[in-house]
Amino acid sequence: MSHKVIVPIGPYHPLQEEPEFFQLYVEGEKVVDIDIIIGYNHRGIEKLAESKHYDQIAFLVERICGICSSSHPYAYVLAVEDLFGGEANIVPERALYIRTIIDELQRIHSHLLWLGLVGHFIGYNTIWMWAWKYREPVLDMFEMVTGNRNNYAMFKIGGVRRDIQDEDIPLLKKMLDELTPSIKMFYGAINDDPVIKARLKEAGTLTKEQAIDWCVVGPTARASGVNIDIRRDEPYGAFLMNTIDWNVVLEKDGDVFAKTMVRILEMEDSINIINQALNKMPKGEIDANVKDVPPGEGIGRVEAPRGECIHYIKSDGTNRPVRHKIRAPSFMNVASDKVAAVGGTISDATLTLAAVDPCYCCTERVAVINKTDNKKIMNGWDLVRLSQEKTNKIKEGWPNGRPE
Amino acid sequence: MSLKIKALTKSIWVFHVSVGSCNNCDIEILDLFTPRFDVERFGIQLIGSVRHADALLITGAMNKKSVPRMKKIYEQAPKPCVVVAVGQCALSRHMFSESYNVCEPLDKILPVDLYIPGCPPRPEAMIDGIVKLVTKIRKGK
Repeated sequence: MSHKVIVPIGPYHPLQEEPEFFQLYVEGEKVVDIDIIIGYNHRGIEKLAESKHYDQIAFLVERICGICSSSHPYAYVLAVEDLFGGEANIVPERALYIRTIIDELQRIHSHLLWLGLVGHFIGYNTIWMWAWKYREPVLDMFEMVTGNRNNYAMFKIGGVRRDIQDEDIPLLKKMLDELTPSIKMFYGAINDDPVIKARLKEAGTLTKEQAIDWCVVGPTARASGVNIDIRRDEPYGAFLMNTIDWNVVLEKDGDVFAKTMVRILEMEDSINIINQALNKMPKGEIDANVKDVPPGEGIGRVEAPRGECIHYIKSDGTNRPVRHKIRAPSFMNVASDKVAAVGGTISDATLTLAAVDPCYCCTERVAVINKTDNKKIMNGWDLVRLSQEKTNKIKEGWPNGRPE
Repeated sequence: MSLKIKALTKSIWVFHVSVGSCNNCDIEILDLFTPRFDVERFGIQLIGSVRHADALLITGAMNKKSVPRMKKIYEQAPKPCVVVAVGQCALSRHMFSESYNVCEPLDKILPVDLYIPGCPPRPEAMIDGIVKLVTKIRKGK
């Protein structure tokens, strides 16, 4: 056994916006193992959802994560609308288009944010400043449509809360047109720069087999050549009508460079989708005025900027759900760091950890820790096992397995 | 004006701590340092170590795991140090106040000097808050 050194990153590290704790086990410069400790951000949202009624939950799930603050409410309303027989069944057509516009705008803002952070991580602060500068017009568009820069509160069961005004549409289109050259500029800048290429190519590679084995989703999977996209596989919003012309972006290398390329090309695609949706949006109602939620189980799936986001709702016919289950994309993606970062150098580790666009606000889980030895002892199955063991122990104490 | 106050209020170095927030306040804080708002022209800088900090920007609703760590971070900061609660969660725990894992509001745990409400607060609001606080400290609290 050689000497292993543990390099801790976090929990309040200046590189990360969110509290999470990585332990890198290193031998010299090489990372041999990695441990991710989360839980600094757990707020018990699933449990809180059971104590709120259906309209309130849309605001609650919006605050799971600030960056995908339209994907979570969207997946949630899709899950509830699943109880009514699907989104297409009740939601007016104009609302479907508005939902897609908001969702795609959010993808642009999220990818630009990520691009800036990656630039910052490799020491190209110019990219950081540029990306965040071009992100501001996207937030302005949000403010124009929804009234807030983040946390849009647009989604409700059966429709959307605010309409897009006709006089705003030319302005939105103009702002999108102004954004296109800057994204093209990014594409050129990153493709032509030899330093960025040298730094990002072959860093944190995830092969197609590994991507499938570790069940990664979203741009992380598409960069490794796995052809999945919920917008195509299980259409929602404006994609239901088959009126929008777009393609799933695929790369095959699986390194950080490929992940960057996928995200840049997706931004171009999103601008294209929003432009088409603004053109094809029909006039009419934006809300179906849904009253009672029927009993049953529903699932909503949305392609968030980081990948597939699933919400599950179980209803018993009252105005509160019995169970609300959330699986955010980062939950799958973060685990893949275990193969992507191990074997690389420490200097590449941060980049690799950042390359999956991790979002710990989404991923937080709770774990029961034994206070005396700081060991994690319980998950759901362990609790069941402990409970069964206790029963057996009690039984053993009794003669004939019965109390005297 | 004492030397300490002068040193505190001139080119403030801030350390950003997220103790269980949804990221939005954190993004808006980072936004302050990018071209549109660019507070670095006032000498305000985001720094890597709490031991150099003049101000702590704290976002989010504190949970059981982050309270002891947050206290430790505050102890490490050189005094006098300004504590700024950014966003509704840090102020009052917002919609997480009934959660089983979320503890008391921030001002019951640390002495808070400045509250910036909003979900998330706009970058302009943060700049405005900092300016007001600096003016107040210079006048002698």
